Amino acid sequence: MGLLDRLKKRLGKTREAISDNLSGLFRGGRKIDQDLLNELEELLYTSDLGPVADELTSELARLHKRGELKGEEDVRASLRQTLLAQLNAGAPESETFRGSPTVILIVGVNGSGKTTSIAKLAHRFQTQGKTVLLGAADTFRAAAADQLEIWAQRNGVDIVRQKQDGADPAAIAFDSVQAAQARGVDVLLIDTAGRLHTQSNLMAELAKVRRVIQKQMPDAPHETWLVLDGTNGQNAVQQAKQFTAAVEVTGLIVAKLDGTARGGAVFAIQGALGLPVKYVGTGETLEDLEAFNPEAFVDAIVTRATGSATA
Amino acid sequence: MFETLTQKLTGSFSFFKGKRELTEDNIGEGLTQVRRALLEADVHFQLARDFTERVKARALGEGRLKGVEASDQFVHAVHTELVELMGPEDARLTFAKNGPTVILMAGLQGAGKTTTTAKLAKRLQEKEARRPLLVAADVKRPAAVQQLQILGERIGVPVFHQEGATPPEVCRAGLEHALRTGRDVVILDTAGRLHVDEELMDEVAQIAAVTQPHNQVLVVDAMTGQDAVQSAKAFHERLALTGVILTKMDGDARGGAAVSLKEITGAPILFLGSGEKIDDLDAFQAERMAGRILGMGDVVGLVETAAEKIDEEEAQAGFEKMVMGTFTLEDMLGMIKMVRKMGPMKKVLGMMPGMGQLGDMDLDERHMNRLTALFTSMTPMERIRPEIIDVSRRRRIARGAGQELSAVNELLKRFKDMKKMMKQLGKMGLGSGLGAKGKREALAGLSPSGEMLDPKAGKRGMLGGLGGLFGGGGGGAAGMPELPPGFDPTSPRPMGSSSTRKGGKSATDRKKEKAKAKARRKNRKRK
Repeated sequence: MGLLDRLKKRLGKTREAISDNLSGLFRGGRKIDQDLLNELEELLYTSDLGPVADELTSELARLHKRGELKGEEDVRASLRQTLLAQLNAGAPESETFRGSPTVILIVGVNGSGKTTSIAKLAHRFQTQGKTVLLGAADTFRAAAADQLEIWAQRNGVDIVRQKQDGADPAAIAFDSVQAAQARGVDVLLIDTAGRLHTQSNLMAELAKVRRVIQKQMPDAPHETWLVLDGTNGQNAVQQAKQFTAAVEVTGLIVAKLDGTARGGAVFAIQGALGLPVKYVGTGETLEDLEAFNPEAFVDAIVTRATGSATA
Repeated sequence: MFETLTQKLTGSFSFFKGKRELTEDNIGEGLTQVRRALLEADVHFQLARDFTERVKARALGEGRLKGVEASDQFVHAVHTELVELMGPEDARLTFAKNGPTVILMAGLQGAGKTTTTAKLAKRLQEKEARRPLLVAADVKRPAAVQQLQILGERIGVPVFHQEGATPPEVCRAGLEHALRTGRDVVILDTAGRLHVDEELMDEVAQIAAVTQPHNQVLVVDAMTGQDAVQSAKAFHERLALTGVILTKMDGDARGGAAVSLKEITGAPILFLGSGEKIDDLDAFQAERMAGRILGMGDVVGLVETAAEKIDEEEAQAGFEKMVMGTFTLEDMLGMIKMVRKMGPMKKVLGMMPGMGQLGDMDLDERHMNRLTALFTSMTPMERIRPEIIDVSRRRRIARGAGQELSAVNELLKRFKDMKKMMKQLGKMGLGSGLGAKGKREALAGLSPSGEMLDPKAGKRGMLGGLGGLFGGGGGGAAGMPELPPGFDPTSPRPMGSSSTRKGGKSATDRKKEKAKAKARRKNRKRK
């Protein structure tokens, strides 16, 4: 099963949500008119597309005026094209690994899925033949380091941590960079405490973690990835803005896309900040992390349930 | 971007401007705006549509109210409808008549169940004198049991867990343990589960079957988008939900999911998780939530906190002095101290209309600390008679506060401007929004009578103004009434901060406002 098919299957719920309703709109041979476009806009809103829904429908309205929209297929094609144009594929995964070690800082709001995503990333990089070290810089939440340590054991990777909660996260980040350099590992993944982007003192703490990492290794962190909860709505855009302002986020990981959530906020974020999506989390097991593929993502949303991958 | 609904509807470019009556024709645009605002707040689209229909019926049905502008009437209809939709407010947990009360906590991964479980236990223990037992039934997420155990230790509540047992077994054993140890509330912390995961949904239904919980609570992340409807539906099908707790409300999410949840489950919203500390669990209030969703701020909360923490007489005295122009630095320091008593500035400002959504708001305690340092580096005489502060004194103050001389200069200049403005305001009846009546009401100041609820009046000027004095952040203060220059919470350079800090409003904006104030004065003279 190709990657495209797998993603399509995983995003099945997402696809059904839009595509089925889309077919529903055209049921009974309905003609395209302003009413239909209005309903379509609402439909797009339910995918958490936010303001992007506006753009999509105005593009459709424009095409409709010029008589270029004949039916459902044209609408699909237009949606696909417009959505695709909004997504920035970003650099290929291989370019991530440009340091020795490559230091990756993982940030996000509480409960977005940072620790689980790190476990999945570690697993992914290991299967690519890389050596991985984890840094447990979430010293705030009770037992966060324990959680990461259990994942580390399951993955068979080393972890740098403090035995006590409440230690200085920057110190642990510093130690883990030092350890990664000394042990000559390929990738260091640093977990941080979840924090709401509106807490300026906690955001300042995060900026400090970054500065301290740079002290030990000037070109690190090579990547700073923001983990977004795929079920979040328009607030995800604010999260992306604030985290980018604090620690220069370089990419997104969208977690929890295995439910019925649409992850449509990604489009709004790309529109506002141009941050590429690196991975999507699609399940509970260690393997359930896919490299992001814009084509597949959009196709899975727009094509018909029965359509082929090339549609 | 965060132009609030209230501003759209009542602002000077409002389509209701000059219209005295709401009609079928002119209400359309307003309804569209309401629907948009709801969608932006993540209210489910279907609900948003039904809701606007109801608003329309209410607004048109009320008929024209005397002396009320169409726009105000419309906003009122929207607000009332939303409050009704989200009520009732006095929802409480159900307690068992005999034996321990069982509370089941369920929700998606990362919604905040474990943290909320601990917060709830603490609240029950402290405010209701209960003896809770926590049951760690999340065997799925690594270290979830440890997390609950650590939290339980912190709040002094025992945590029950049984190694190797299935979650329903753990819960049943927990119940028995509570009976044996004389605990009267049992809170079951279950694993986070996706609503499409049949197996895990069966499991949670099974837990409910063996423990017969009196309360089945769904824990939901306030940032949840349109998907809230899907997941709430699925949980409600398997459990008989009796209540909802919204978490992460200390962020800037509008929390439209609350509306969807209420509509789908019919279960009331019980509590709001509002911070990182174990104490941060607030009772739900529909009025506040409606204000938040519509971007009106939490004026009720502000007034309540103010009433709780601020000595009314002191506040009134300070304010009267302001108006009379006999306000001194000493009074200003008193006010700062008073406002700081209300809690972190961020929280206080967040409750103000339109301030909650300031995206790039960067107002932390440090600015307040710097400001307080300047004040406390002055002698009492200097604070009462600021005019005696010469260059040498300024230098001493700066040294004492560990700040640049320019910070002192700026503080004094700001104070002078403010005093001048106060005098003017006193003469012309306290600024744009306030007539003679407004002045009296403003003098009534921080009375918790709820007078401040009016979404349009300028009465919130006082606290808003204080926000400005203490260094409000940048960005447009949406929804704020027109405030005079220097008395504006968005003013670009907060006093006491370094001059390098970037502000939201440009100098031209300030000039414009000055010009406006001038024009207003002229108009008054003509009259």
